[in-house]
Amino acid sequence: MIKFKNSEITPENIYKKRRSFIKSIGLSASTLAMSAIPFVNKSLASERDKLTSYKDITTYNNYYEFGTSKSDPHKNSQIFKTTPWDITIEGEVEKPIKLSIEEISEMFISEERIYRLRCVEGWSMVIPWMGFSLSKLLSKVNPTNKAKFVEFESVYDPAQMKGQRYPVLNWPYNEGLRIDEAMHPLTTVVTGLYGKKLPNQNGAPLRIFIPWKYGFKSAKAIVKIKFVENMPTSSWMWASPREYGFYSNVNPNVDHPRWSQATERIIGEGVWAPRVKTLMFNGYGDEVASLYSGMDLKKNY
Amino acid sequence: MRRYYKTLVFFLSLWPLYVISYQIIFNQLGPEPVDRIINHFGEWTLIFILLTLSMTPLKKITKSVEWIKFRRMLGLFTFFYASIHMLSYVGLDYRFDFEPLINDVLKKKFIFIGFSAWLLLIPLAITSSERMVRLLKQNWKKIHRLIYIIGIFGVLHYIWLSKTIFFKPLIFLILLIILLLFRIKITKSVSKI
Repeated sequence: MIKFKNSEITPENIYKKRRSFIKSIGLSASTLAMSAIPFVNKSLASERDKLTSYKDITTYNNYYEFGTSKSDPHKNSQIFKTTPWDITIEGEVEKPIKLSIEEISEMFISEERIYRLRCVEGWSMVIPWMGFSLSKLLSKVNPTNKAKFVEFESVYDPAQMKGQRYPVLNWPYNEGLRIDEAMHPLTTVVTGLYGKKLPNQNGAPLRIFIPWKYGFKSAKAIVKIKFVENMPTSSWMWASPREYGFYSNVNPNVDHPRWSQATERIIGEGVWAPRVKTLMFNGYGDEVASLYSGMDLKKNY
Repeated sequence: MRRYYKTLVFFLSLWPLYVISYQIIFNQLGPEPVDRIINHFGEWTLIFILLTLSMTPLKKITKSVEWIKFRRMLGLFTFFYASIHMLSYVGLDYRFDFEPLINDVLKKKFIFIGFSAWLLLIPLAITSSERMVRLLKQNWKKIHRLIYIIGIFGVLHYIWLSKTIFFKPLIFLILLIILLLFRIKITKSVSKI
């Protein structure tokens, strides 16, 4: 378990005040800078960056291992045991390793990382994660030259995870990335949120988060990371290959076969708040677009 | 006593409105309120389709014509809730932004079929009055058989929008099939006579 000193845990209200203070400094500076540029939509930018409440982040989850309704994970995960917990890194590597969650938290320092989360269903949140770049963890092994992809396997424990008793998905949950995607600094190993240790319903003790991809790409409760030669078939690709592709980058121009991805609803904004436009790569295009240069993203959805 | 049945059914049929008003006033709609409102009225539309379709079988089973008195009202409530469902999608969710809406209707089959079902409800609502029944005579029955197609469209709309869990839509499908099978039986027995 990751240990935080009491003093390190910031209550949500103080946390937010601090944020708004930082933001106000940032805003006044940026308004000065931008006042020369016409038509800058400030209000939209600040709506997008407003942190989603701790309550919404921890009670509105897609985590089918604990049930298919959004409120199920919060209800059904409270007694889930996350100790002891080991993570193996294996496959096309020179020497596979096995690390306990304690070893990982000692080896890597978690920092605050505020990222947008865009669900394939058309809603979004802004979450202050705690975590570190996956590349740091992966650098502990030496992949062989056959390794082209990284596969993530989530825990399989139907005794504790109600949802796994039904064949809703191909258990255990499986996801994957190309190696360059996995090594990208934005690809995060998450250990907590809002300065606290990661709640079970959000994927404790350890999950992956990839901010420019739809939420389902970010596997929760990871037990295995495997380097492989061929493109892995994720659980959602198994369930419906026409609807869920391997890449699943957030892309307003490529519709899900059954609904549009052009806009999204921000969680916690209330009944009267309008939808906002979805951004290419969820707004992280500057950082990640180069990974896909020359690729047809309509085909590689 | 029986005079009041209709009034009672009327106020009971407003139940979905009481529920949603309560949830809006007391902030019980959860993190995705718009979605909740749309789904709420969608589900109740389907329930009212099934209720409307149950009246004739109930008449046959109980051998009482009483049920038919409620059929028109339940049918109109179906149209009422279908319209709120559609309007909350068009107005509350998409702010009457017709470009993406038209795109959705044309490209997404679950929206296309849902919208079609709503369009098909319009002639039924228009021709629901006693005068129209008399005016249209035999044709009235033919027109109102559209409700079978509307029911099928409605359930397909629900099945097609579901991600992986088909439990609830399947229950609707099974109930609809049962109610439609009654029709086949009825028309068969009628034709024998």
